[in-house]
Amino acid sequence: MTTSPTTSPTTSPGPPRSAGPATGGADLSGHFGEFGGRFMPEALMAALDELTVAWQEAMADPTFTAEFDRLLREYAGTPSMLYEAHRLSERAGARILLKREDLNHTGAHKIRNVLGQALLTRRMGKSRVIAETGAGQHGVASATAAAYLDLDCVVYMGEVDTERQALNVARMRLLGAEVVPVSSGSRTLKDAINEALRDWVASVDHTAYLFGTAAGPHPFPSLVKSFVRGIGDEAREQCLALTGSLPDAVTACVGGGSNAIGIFAGFVDDPEVRIVGFEAGGEGMDSGRHAATIAAGEVGVLHGARTYVLQDDDGQTVESHSISAGLDYPGVGPEHAHLAATGRASYVPVTDEEAMKAFSLLARTEGIIPAIESAHALAGTLRLAEEMPGATILVNLSGRGDKDMGTALEWFGLGEDRGEVLAEDATEEPR
Amino acid sequence: MSLLSEAFARARNEDRAALVGYLPAGFPTVPGSIEALKVMVDAGCDVIEVGLPYSDPVMDGPTIQAAAQQALENGTRTSDVLSVVEAVAGTGVATVVMTYWNPVERYGVARFAADLASAGGAGMITPDLTPDEAGPWLQASAEQRLDRIFLVAPSSTDERLRYTTDHCTGFVYATAVMGVTGARTATSDLAAPLVRRTRNATDLPVGVGLGVSDGDQAAAVAGYADGVIVGSAFVRRMLDAGGDARVAADSLRTLTEDLAAGVRRG
Repeated sequence: MTTSPTTSPTTSPGPPRSAGPATGGADLSGHFGEFGGRFMPEALMAALDELTVAWQEAMADPTFTAEFDRLLREYAGTPSMLYEAHRLSERAGARILLKREDLNHTGAHKIRNVLGQALLTRRMGKSRVIAETGAGQHGVASATAAAYLDLDCVVYMGEVDTERQALNVARMRLLGAEVVPVSSGSRTLKDAINEALRDWVASVDHTAYLFGTAAGPHPFPSLVKSFVRGIGDEAREQCLALTGSLPDAVTACVGGGSNAIGIFAGFVDDPEVRIVGFEAGGEGMDSGRHAATIAAGEVGVLHGARTYVLQDDDGQTVESHSISAGLDYPGVGPEHAHLAATGRASYVPVTDEEAMKAFSLLARTEGIIPAIESAHALAGTLRLAEEMPGATILVNLSGRGDKDMGTALEWFGLGEDRGEVLAEDATEEPR
Repeated sequence: MSLLSEAFARARNEDRAALVGYLPAGFPTVPGSIEALKVMVDAGCDVIEVGLPYSDPVMDGPTIQAAAQQALENGTRTSDVLSVVEAVAGTGVATVVMTYWNPVERYGVARFAADLASAGGAGMITPDLTPDEAGPWLQASAEQRLDRIFLVAPSSTDERLRYTTDHCTGFVYATAVMGVTGARTATSDLAAPLVRRTRNATDLPVGVGLGVSDGDQAAAVAGYADGVIVGSAFVRRMLDAGGDARVAADSLRTLTEDLAAGVRRG
């Protein structure tokens, strides 16, 4: 796992910043074209510089990368399988390959990122980690890594999310983390990030912020990508071994965008591979209740980076809506913004209803219950398959759906004794 | 000489620190915030910071968060902030906007600078914009002759202090603590060393903010700084007044007079 040097100059006015190997996609100060950068209080600048240097040194240190690789293999259970979904393929009219990140320890791709960041924290001599979480997957992964590496862990989670993801709150607490419900603003992921940043400004001398997605100020978008890009690197090899060629398209769901940037990273330099991200279309784009940041947002600054933001005419962040807590975020990682702006990748909204239909379909055709986040990628892929019949499409199945059973129970009325008929209806018919 | 430089020079000539007072525009209402700020001017503030309420204020503690949220819920717009500036600057006091960056970018950096200048504003404080990303603002502020006030922090390296202060005009905003805004019972022991290090980097006046809530703390800070910046303590008085404008005005006046006496003791 290495980062490739780039020759892009820093933008003026040139700040004092240590030179070093760059970051794969970003210039030295973390810009992806017009996106990214570092819009943060001065109080955090020294820590962000320190983190950048420590990360770059770690990635160049074979001892660190070997330890990271060993943990991924022995603890997280990677490489995750590439699975050819035959029955789903039949339904879709295309050859669908699932990258089974749902089988990783803790049930999602998130473990890769936190193991990398927690190892880095230990290397930097810090004893406490903080994290924000939406669906709770990053919080659970952070609590897990903190338990494993003996670090104190505090997780900030919006009050709305602690209610809809109560099981994950219990998991985090069982793992020894302190979960702090955040009651400010919209009481969801964006406010959890605000609160984590407020903690970090006051605790930065002994605390690392385990950022949960490939967004935020430099170096987080590049740093997180470096820890999750194994998804794409593995999938590329696995796909070549299985099919003898690269896939025609690679797809993933996009909230902040860490699972997507992880799998896209393996294919972004293969121009023949189409790259498509699926955003949360919520109750539909016309309803205004969605989280489709790239499709409907405007360029702005949120949580430290210039990117697409759901905002009003005054630049106030607008609340996002999605049935999936993990996609319910009004911003998006700056590298996705760049991939969208340059046309290398396209980003398309998928509604709650389409996602839940795909959620049920995968369960019924393959015996796999995906995370509702990942079900957005599946639903979008089914649509893409209509456009590309017979194509090979690689989907990042980024997480498993156990955490979402409460939502599914309510959506499909699974608690009612209507048995077989109802579940079939759920698969075939929109609600 | 800019209005801000004049305000600091006047205080220095009187051998005291300048008192800088903050309230968010639109809190509790747009006219209410104008009345409140005029009381603060009348009772002894040398410089006024008008806050632009923002949905994601990562540098603010619960007190200012609550005020900003109330202002937004009341429908406060960016254009309202400019009208508050105009009304306050009309008293002759040096008036700056304190704002997170995204609303300015959304309004248009050049347009915001032009409108701020024509409202009589003296400059802008940008808590989440450092000179690193400030290209368009550096240009617009120069064109409109607005002061640009960036923040320095106890964690700033000497190299960054030089870099940041090189891009400041008017004064430098030194954050006294590592943390968010909010009144604190004890003054920070990080502030004095930071002011000393900042003075090694620049001749600009140095104002100290975060945590000052009464005259004694103001006096302590005035002992080593050119300006004492107070925000949350004013907001707290407004919140405690519970919407009674007369109670709020009396309370703000009392606090301002206490602080103004403090900056003269230091």
